Amino acid sequence: MLNSDLSKFKTLIQLFAFGKLMRTSPFWSLIFWAGVWELIGQMGWMDLLPPLSGIWFAFAELLEQSAFWDAFAMTARTFSIGLGLSIVVGIPIGILIGISKRADKILSIWVNLFLSAPITAVIPALMPILGIGDATVIATVILFSIWVVIIDTQAGVTHVKDSLVEMGRIFGCSRLNIIFWIVIPAAMPEIITGVRLSVVRAVKGVIVGQIVIALIGFGGLFNTYLSYFLMERFWALIIVVFIMSFTIIGLVELLERRIAFYANTR
Amino acid sequence: MKKVGGLSDIILKTEGVGVTYQESIVALKNVSLNVPTAKLTAILGPSGCGKTTLLKVIAGLIEPTKGKVIVGGKEIIGPGPDRALVFQDFALLPWATVLQNVAFGLRARGVPKKEREETSLHYIRQVGLLGFEDKYPHQLSGGMRQRTGLARALTINSDILLMDEPFSAVDEQMRRKLQEDLLKLLKIESKTVIFVTHSIEEAVYLADQVVILSGRPGSIADIVYPEIDRLGEVDLIRRQPGYIELVDEIWSSLKRYVE
Ligand SMILES: Nc1ncnc2c1ncn2[C@@H]1O[C@H](COP(=O)(O)OP(=O)(O)OP(=O)(O)O)[C@@H](O)[C@H]1O
Ligand SMILES: [Mg+2]
Repeated sequence: MLNSDLSKFKTLIQLFAFGKLMRTSPFWSLIFWAGVWELIGQMGWMDLLPPLSGIWFAFAELLEQSAFWDAFAMTARTFSIGLGLSIVVGIPIGILIGISKRADKILSIWVNLFLSAPITAVIPALMPILGIGDATVIATVILFSIWVVIIDTQAGVTHVKDSLVEMGRIFGCSRLNIIFWIVIPAAMPEIITGVRLSVVRAVKGVIVGQIVIALIGFGGLFNTYLSYFLMERFWALIIVVFIMSFTIIGLVELLERRIAFYANTR
Repeated sequence: MKKVGGLSDIILKTEGVGVTYQESIVALKNVSLNVPTAKLTAILGPSGCGKTTLLKVIAGLIEPTKGKVIVGGKEIIGPGPDRALVFQDFALLPWATVLQNVAFGLRARGVPKKEREETSLHYIRQVGLLGFEDKYPHQLSGGMRQRTGLARALTINSDILLMDEPFSAVDEQMRRKLQEDLLKLLKIESKTVIFVTHSIEEAVYLADQVVILSGRPGSIADIVYPEIDRLGEVDLIRRQPGYIELVDEIWSSLKRYVE
């Protein structure tokens, strides 16, 4: 009686410790779920879910294929061009909206509309205009990522203290000097936040764009693997895409912490 | 106290200045004021009566709805190198060091780096901040930040120094120290100072001319000329005969505007 109570208590503690381990270390959590996946895959309940070990081999195969590297190159290319354009065009537009009431009136509604609009639905409409290729994917990346750059830059600019701008005027700065020496540095923390969020959205955009088009890049590969029922490769590709996204987002967060050091000193 | 019309030459005057915000909020009404050269003029008045507005009009940051500001015989059309402003909230760039902040005005004028740093260091020493030139504003106390703002205003060597409640954001002891230092500094640098204050004591202690504004809309209620001898030691100013009486006199004329 007492003994069984004790053993129950022990298992409870073990469960508790296990849960704690999972929570504190993402590594162990990852290992655990990988194990669950392997088990379910081995049992063969679902054709769609091959065992994880099989995917591991598919992963190696994938990296040997030129189709994969072509898709990778295309993704990297469209992602960088699209994101680059979003930042280079988005920041000046955000500054313009932030300092000019008229620009704010004309443009802000559209920016806010697109910020929350389901962009994915627009992609099929882009295809006939831009063709099936880089241009459409780049456009998708821009449509996903530019709005948040604009909004955050604008927020940063409008929150710049009036007295700082007045200080610039008192000392005879030109409008351009006020923008470059005062407004932009003061808005930098918000601008950087906008850029970080836009990277996350651009990652989504580049993948979603390719998948909706379904004929090029990773989208084409996904499509091929699914139609030939190469589930191992399909999953391997998904994991590659996830790892890529996390790596890029992680890098950006690292960068943000470096640059925005003075954000809390304002 | 005798009312002195011509303390000395008039460097700056406002003629019938009125400011209306957003077409309905009348902040200032018909303010005509003479500011004598190389003297301290204090603007005193109840909260929200338009003191900051008046100072910004004089600085050229706000265009008056009515009237004009004349400096050295010419009507102003905006900020100019003849007037420097010290801000109530310091208006320092948080990402720039003390040296860079102080040198900002000279940089805006295109003074070469070496020269502007030399000039800036001179004024950093004068306001007692030597050794702190590489610190950032958030590493400084309120008093040191205000000294930085003052040094920045001094670098451009304007004849007129405008200060908006320069000592209100620091504690009592620091305020006294800053006030004394300002008087000492003005013995070296000959400047015309116009400063806004809430404090009657501060006005009497520092100013040659105290302009009392009525409650909103601000207009001139009275002008007082404290005839206090500032040539001697700074410590002695508060102990001069007439100091307390003057504080009382100003309070009785100000009282009716304070709810
Ligand atoms: N930009 C603005 N738009 C509208 N009203 C304003 C603006 N700036 C100031 N006011 C109003 O004008 C009046 C005078 O303001 P001002 O800041 O000049 O007063 P003040 O005497 O400096 O007040 P305080 O003692 O609080 O510093 C106030 O009632 C204020 O609410
Ligand atoms: Mg004020």
